[in-house]
Amino acid sequence: MSTAPSTGQAPRREADPPGSVLARVRRVDPRQYVVYVAFLLILAFFAVTLHDDGFLTSDNLLNIARQTAPVTVMAVGMVFVLSAGEIDLSVGSIVALAALVTAIVLRDVGLVPAVAAGLGVGAAVGLVNGLFVTLLRLPSFLVTLATMGLVAGLARWTTDLEAVAVVNDTFASVFGSGDVGPIPSLVVWTIAIVALGHVVYRHRRFGAHVLAVGDNAQAARVTGIDVNRVRLAVLVISGTAAGLAGLLYVGRIQAASYTLGANDLLIVIAAVVIGGTRLFGGAGSVVGALVGSLIMGMLTNGLILMGLDSNQQMVAQGVLLLIAISLTLREPKGA
Amino acid sequence: MAELSTAPGTPLVRLAGVGKRFGAVVALRSVDLDVHAGEIVALVGDNGAGKSTLLKIIAGVHPPSHGEILLDGEPVRMATPSDARAHGIEVVYQDLALADNQPVYMNLFLGRELVSGPLRRLDRARMAAETAELLKELDIRIPSPRVPIRALSGGQRQGVAIARATHWGERLILMDEPTAALGVQETARVEDTILRMKERGKAILIVSHSLDQVFRLADRICVLRRGEQVGVRETAQTDGDEIVAMITGLR
Repeated sequence: MSTAPSTGQAPRREADPPGSVLARVRRVDPRQYVVYVAFLLILAFFAVTLHDDGFLTSDNLLNIARQTAPVTVMAVGMVFVLSAGEIDLSVGSIVALAALVTAIVLRDVGLVPAVAAGLGVGAAVGLVNGLFVTLLRLPSFLVTLATMGLVAGLARWTTDLEAVAVVNDTFASVFGSGDVGPIPSLVVWTIAIVALGHVVYRHRRFGAHVLAVGDNAQAARVTGIDVNRVRLAVLVISGTAAGLAGLLYVGRIQAASYTLGANDLLIVIAAVVIGGTRLFGGAGSVVGALVGSLIMGMLTNGLILMGLDSNQQMVAQGVLLLIAISLTLREPKGA
Repeated sequence: MAELSTAPGTPLVRLAGVGKRFGAVVALRSVDLDVHAGEIVALVGDNGAGKSTLLKIIAGVHPPSHGEILLDGEPVRMATPSDARAHGIEVVYQDLALADNQPVYMNLFLGRELVSGPLRRLDRARMAAETAELLKELDIRIPSPRVPIRALSGGQRQGVAIARATHWGERLILMDEPTAALGVQETARVEDTILRMKERGKAILIVSHSLDQVFRLADRICVLRRGEQVGVRETAQTDGDEIVAMITGLR
């Protein structure tokens, strides 16, 4: 059902003027849109089956949007990492460490240093990841696998597994429970980060370089793109995004704990690849990642409302994920 | 021994005693060669003769161990591929340095993307339009500059790679076996494109294993054997037998 343009058809299509509607329609890769269709189908399914449980109420939908904010922010960073042909397994651990450091600095120093510290932790871990990947030419899979454990250990060590409460109203309002007009601040963060990510990804030279590096690093290199700089940058972006996700968790829960973000890695990667980003680099979509993240959030929410316990939810999520990736990730024949 | 070209005027590129040593191994002894604007010079020789090494020296991949490269009579030092590019030298690689999932126009402008406005937004429309125009000039037919490279045939891909080199290579285009992976018809098309580049006044240095192709395209033929320059011949004044003899060293 998802047919990529095949080589054999190419000459026949020469007749189409490049900008014509026909040419545009033929260029469309249906897999790009599976995520949007899936989003609507899942929304419709829960809206009908969970009608009496209030799935479609604005409260519940806003709740989903709020809960997915940290995952969406991480997903935006992960789009850059995967598009560049790398991966960042340390994001979940960064969330925990950034959250704890933020909460401690907030308690002992102040608001602005706390925000800087949280983002700084994320950026610093990303920088370490990036330096190992670029200077020692190690696969990011292994480097971030190591830092995932290392950072998770640091998070546990920081407070000896103790949670840290946050009693700063300004922080809680900006990063969690507050509103901007009628819009929850977490939704504002989501929109802002997705918009920023989309612009950088689609409309800046950097985005084009990220895609080129992930597609064919050799080709990128011979055209003068600094491949290592791109690899370093995407890992710093991802780390910083995970740091921000940590802030958003702290703002929403008004406490930090080493368990924050522990289950997020797979959800983030699922959201990103469902959203049309190639796991092996060279193609992707920031907006798709947002929709993927909303799908994952809807599933969790809907399955809870259906009365599934957390064990059953894991099974259901796994099954749905398999269906989703089968529809979106199948490589075109002959590719 | 090596003969210098007899063509008039300052050559676009002059190699004067250029060679390369890797430790104790001499990959290329000493090459003297001129390439003029609007001229195609072929590099031929058996495997390991030093053809690729010579291309890489001129492309800035391996700086020469000895000898000089002169562009328009001026000696230049090219330590990296970026240096060579800055001097208007482009390479068409055998293994097609193209990003498969990116659109054709993006491959043409890879690393040198066009931006517009104060926010330096990528100007995709202009890149696509300029790509379409360039491909039309070179008579390289593809469905649209916006299709990804993977949607193209091998010949179309090589056409895009050559178009990119033509667009950015002000002076010299280096080609390493540009038709090695192509069928007969596609080879003929790519050869047409190469001749069109020559008409545009580019200097072209081409490595090819096909002597037929060399005789179809080249104005002069430079023969290397085991890292040594055996000689340079005007295509019009030599024949396949002589070139084969020079390549093999059997006379």
